[in-house]
Amino acid sequence: MSLANRYSAGEHRFGMVIDIDKCTGCGGCTVACMSENNVGVLYDETDKIRSITWMRVYQVDNGKPFPETQVAFFPRPCLHCEGSHGHHTPCVSVCPATATDYDPQTGIVSQIPTRCIGCRYCVGACPYHARYFNWFDTPWPAGLERPLNPAVAPRMRGVVEKCTFCYHRYQRAKNKAFLGGGKVEEMDYQTACTEACPSGAITFGDLKNPNHKVAQLAQSPECFRLLERLGTNNKVYYRTTREWVRRLADNYLKDEKPGQVAAS
Amino acid sequence: MTTHEQGQAKRSGADWLLFVVGFVLFSALGFWGTPALLYAEKPQPFQFSHKVHMEQVSEGCKSCHSFREDGSFTGIPSTDKCKECHSDSPQGNTPQEKTFVEEYLNKGKPVDWQVYSKQPACVFFSHAAHAENAGLECKKCHGDHGDSEKLRTYQQNRLTGYSRDIWGWSILGMGDPPKRMKMDNCADCHRANGVRDACFVCHK
Ligand code: HEC
Ligand code: HEC
Ligand code: HEC
Ligand code: HEC
Ligand code: HEC
Repeated sequence: MSLANRYSAGEHRFGMVIDIDKCTGCGGCTVACMSENNVGVLYDETDKIRSITWMRVYQVDNGKPFPETQVAFFPRPCLHCEGSHGHHTPCVSVCPATATDYDPQTGIVSQIPTRCIGCRYCVGACPYHARYFNWFDTPWPAGLERPLNPAVAPRMRGVVEKCTFCYHRYQRAKNKAFLGGGKVEEMDYQTACTEACPSGAITFGDLKNPNHKVAQLAQSPECFRLLERLGTNNKVYYRTTREWVRRLADNYLKDEKPGQVAAS
Repeated sequence: MTTHEQGQAKRSGADWLLFVVGFVLFSALGFWGTPALLYAEKPQPFQFSHKVHMEQVSEGCKSCHSFREDGSFTGIPSTDKCKECHSDSPQGNTPQEKTFVEEYLNKGKPVDWQVYSKQPACVFFSHAAHAENAGLECKKCHGDHGDSEKLRTYQQNRLTGYSRDIWGWSILGMGDPPKRMKMDNCADCHRANGVRDACFVCHK
């Protein structure tokens, strides 16, 4: 199926291609994301069950002993699933409060923390652990509230938050376009992690616009999506040439070959 | 005769009068008392007259409220703008101007205006979309603030901390912009104009 036809009607489908073979696991994207989106540092950041990282870098290895060991990294933002029939984003479909919705124009899954009642159904529904619950009020040590980003509303204890593809940057880009009478160009809207990545592993843009680099890259047979067969029809593509990395991206039977199994 | 019927028979005109008086009294108390309890009045740092200043500037509202190159709205001008006229000699002889010049301008202190139309932190609003692209007049959402001679009383909701202009001045929460600017007021106009609809249009 061609890339654009995977998704339902609507002007844009913003998405990413992340090149795992380029990712060094430095964590620059995570740090850029946290400072861009006012994600604070909690009392105990070693408690990974309760810490918050919208963009999280997962480390995987091929399970072989030294010297054959190989390591790879999966940076994982929110994957902005659409679902296989246009309207079945896992988290959106379980939210009892309509605190999250799927924007039919941009394909971005929103999160409105002020609306959230903290039930955490969405955390359970998300196959990618992309949603985080605020177990604590973020302690902003004196002075640290000053570099907060005014374009992103800080959250409080008891609500869920997640990556928004830096939606506020789209709003900002639209503002400029409104004034100039033009359109939002590819480089006007880029996420903080994309800009921060020192090895250029992340590409961001509109998957429906054939002129955008991301739409060209995502067509490649070396690109795949996480847990493709769940039918989440998400918009974050990963790229690798290493067979073992690719096998980890979904649950394959021994005799199945990645890339040859049809997505449901 | 049962006790119930006795009660019915005894209800006189005075009973009804008492009921009506009580009803009116407590309704009035609720209607005028609730706002006093719910809203705190906050003074503006000093008086500012739009009328006086509109006679002084050459480019109308744009002289002070304009857009930056990146499409963002400058909002209330900083004191740098005021310096263009107020830095050398006093422009008039009002105590208001004196307060402004001595307390703020000379000390280089930004003016802590109470903003009537301030929306909650989670709301994204774009003046470029409305004032430039859709060509809406400032009056549509701000009433005649641009022609005003005095700053009206600013009231803040004690529970939410939001300006009273959001919920509106009717205690029943009725009215359309500029009287009220709740989420449904934004959405009503958007629906009428076919603006794209999702939480992430107005929220951030
Ligand atoms: C000399 C500079 C100047 C000019 C010219 C000017 N303004 Fe203002 N404006 C201000 C200042 C200072 C404030 C902050 C005090 C206040 O709330 O009035 C303000 C505030 C406002 C606000 C208030 C926002 C709020 O919610 O508190 C609105 C609306 C506004 N101006 C509209 C206009 C319009 C419409 C015009 C043109 C008719 C105009 N202004 C011309 C300086 C100016
Ligand atoms: C174009 C020149 C000009 C600019 C710019 C200007 N003012 Fe004025 N302002 C005047 C003049 C002239 C008067 C005197 C009017 C009078 O008293 O007759 C005045 C009067 C005042 C007064 C006292 C009268 C009143 O109640 O409004 C205040 C307070 C004031 N200005 C504040 C400001 C602030 C704050 C700014 C910046 C946002 C500002 N002015 C920018 C020309 C200007
Ligand atoms: C569609 C409604 C609408 C129109 C039209 C509109 N505004 Fe506003 N304005 C708002 C809202 C809503 C806010 C509050 C924004 C916020 O708090 O994020 C606001 C805020 C402001 C502020 C305060 C900003 C700040 O940073 O404190 C000023 C000044 C202002 N408007 C001036 C104007 C002027 C001048 C015009 C005409 C060119 C105008 N507005 C047209 C809705 C409108
Ligand atoms: C009087 C009518 C009216 C009111 C009231 C109004 N809007 Fe709008 N809004 C419009 C129109 C018309 C557009 C479309 C502008 C365009 O695309 O040309 C728009 C566009 C927008 C956009 C940009 C949409 C995009 O495509 O990115 C945002 C954001 C927005 N409005 C937020 C708000 C908020 C928040 C409020 C309430 C505080 C509000 N609006 C109140 C008429 C209104
Ligand atoms: C047309 C613009 C617009 C759209 C679309 C919109 N909102 Fe709002 N929303 C606002 C404005 C303006 C406010 C602040 C005024 C108020 O409380 O009504 C607000 C306030 C809220 C609040 C209360 C926040 C607080 O701090 O008081 C919640 C919760 C909320 N919106 C949730 C949502 C959800 C969920 C959606 C999508 C289903 C949504 N909104 C879509 C404009 C909008």
